[in-house]
Amino acid sequence: MNKTENQKAWLFVIPVFILVAFNAAVPLMTVVNYSFQETFGNNVFTWEGTRWFKQILQSDRFHAALGRQFLFTGIILFIQIPLGIFIALTMPKEGIGVSVCLVLMSMPLLIPWNVVGAMWNIFALPEIGFLGHTLNDLGFDYNFTQQTGDAWFTTVLMDVWHWTSLVVLLSYAGLRSIQPAYYQAAEIDGASRWAVFRYIELPKMKKVLTIAILLRFMDSFMIYTEPFVLTGGGPGNATAFLSIDLVKMALGQFDLGPAAAMSLIYFFIVLLVCWVFYNLMMRNEEQS
Amino acid sequence: MSKITLRDLSHSYLDKQNSNSDWALRDVNLDWQDGGAYALLGPSGCGKTTLLNIISGLLNPTKGKVLFDEKDVTTQSPVERNIAQIFQFPVIYDTMTVYDNLAFPLKNRGMTDAEIDRRVKEIADMLELTKTLKNRASGLTADGKQKISLGRGLVRSNVNVIMFDEPLTVIDPHLKWVLRSKLKELHQKINRTMIYVTHDQTEALTFADQVVVMHEGQIVQTGTPVELFEKPKHTFVGHFIGSPGMNILPCQIKNGSAAIDGVEISTNTKIKESNFSKTEIGIRPEFISFDTKGIPAKILKVSNTGRHKIIDTQCNSGKIKVLSHSSKEIPSGSVFLSFNKKYTYAYGDSWIIE
Repeated sequence: MNKTENQKAWLFVIPVFILVAFNAAVPLMTVVNYSFQETFGNNVFTWEGTRWFKQILQSDRFHAALGRQFLFTGIILFIQIPLGIFIALTMPKEGIGVSVCLVLMSMPLLIPWNVVGAMWNIFALPEIGFLGHTLNDLGFDYNFTQQTGDAWFTTVLMDVWHWTSLVVLLSYAGLRSIQPAYYQAAEIDGASRWAVFRYIELPKMKKVLTIAILLRFMDSFMIYTEPFVLTGGGPGNATAFLSIDLVKMALGQFDLGPAAAMSLIYFFIVLLVCWVFYNLMMRNEEQS
Repeated sequence: MSKITLRDLSHSYLDKQNSNSDWALRDVNLDWQDGGAYALLGPSGCGKTTLLNIISGLLNPTKGKVLFDEKDVTTQSPVERNIAQIFQFPVIYDTMTVYDNLAFPLKNRGMTDAEIDRRVKEIADMLELTKTLKNRASGLTADGKQKISLGRGLVRSNVNVIMFDEPLTVIDPHLKWVLRSKLKELHQKINRTMIYVTHDQTEALTFADQVVVMHEGQIVQTGTPVELFEKPKHTFVGHFIGSPGMNILPCQIKNGSAAIDGVEISTNTKIKESNFSKTEIGIRPEFISFDTKGIPAKILKVSNTGRHKIIDTQCNSGKIKVLSHSSKEIPSGSVFLSFNKKYTYAYGDSWIIE
């Protein structure tokens, strides 16, 4: 039997292929190219093999930045996920309040990241900012530009303000999709409020929460603009998260080789964590 | 265990009610005797579920009272009323095992583990869930899940009433029959009041001793299946129960006698009143026969269903369906139809005239 092969369909894929090539594959390969070589400009390259990777993986600076990054992401997930669920639970379920709440919740998400950073910078300035001034008036010795703890506090607060809404909106959507019969059945079964949350709402929100955690993990792990505008990574290197450190290395010191190697390691860490997390959640799903 | 009384119950989902259609329930008065098996029958949107939710306490009525053994429980919660309700779609607690699902209502009421274990095993045995007790409930099929819902409703032994809101919608037809007989059997065993909501007349008529028929938020008739069939109090009951439903034909009423197309029709009940905006005669297809005199009609179509023949005829006032045994010869062309007086009723403004 003769099978007629028609390869014309490939033509349809070409536009997407070109698009992806230019916005993802080509830049990524450039980075790969840099990561194995040394350059002093003028398009002169020398082969370095895996030297930059070894250097980055062994450097204390990278370890410190990675540690700060995990700590930051851990803290904001720990705050934003429960807080987001809590706010979603308390939001009205019908009437005009729904749209009011939804609009108010979406507001922080619509503000450009550098504006968020600038807003919080001014807001938190110890002498003139509303937050900074009030805290100092209340007797706290607060100065985010000079004290590590204050810088962290402000950065975390800013991120919570900026991104908790996302968790709220996703959780709210998950909650709204629960059939009223579930609540009615629980009422008849004599379930407590906690039991309703534990056995109905939380399991039904599992999928949206998986998405929320993944998105918040990726976004916070790659955070750059807001802390850059707010603290610039300071005081010292106290809030220099991975991407801030990376930019310092690439553009500040013009160490393109190590920076490229660091980018790739960074990229693989994000990919790995997402993959592991997603598979854990999905395996759980299959078991049930 | 108690007698349930509904007094002048009305409910509306709107804040303001301008016309009858704004009410989901209107002036419902009903007594449910202790230990009875009742069915609440009516088409979708007639207010069955609203009525059920008011009895269970999930909904507060706009007007009227709910009494359990003459005690006013209108403002009490479902837990205080101590009732069980099973919903149309299976409600299960996904993360729990089948066992924990069944034990949940008992645990919430603080029963001892030994007592819980005994009850759960008994119910699981009755619903044939024993083998799956240790499985996660979310892995079950739709009818397995609905069995769990049923089980959670039945597991408490002291409830005042068990209510079923179209519980067999998602169940396979062959299992439907099994589960329905099981419920019936269960009713005889535990002798507890059961209210079964359905839009399926077969389900209602096979399950219940007393059937309550609802139409547009009102109760149009309460009675045994035989009563509903033989003497519908409202044209809706005639239509809704029976297959095919009752023939309803416009008629003229003069001096206490009714006539269709100028032919006088004698009815079971005396016609004392005639002051209606609409008068009709109702007769079931089963009780019409072909005769040498009566209402002249033309035969349009004969369909054989195996056991019966359904004959569509046309008279001047409208179409009349006739049901006859499939072995009977059916005349063709023009015929005369005669109605069995015992099962012929006159209706004024849709309600029976008696």
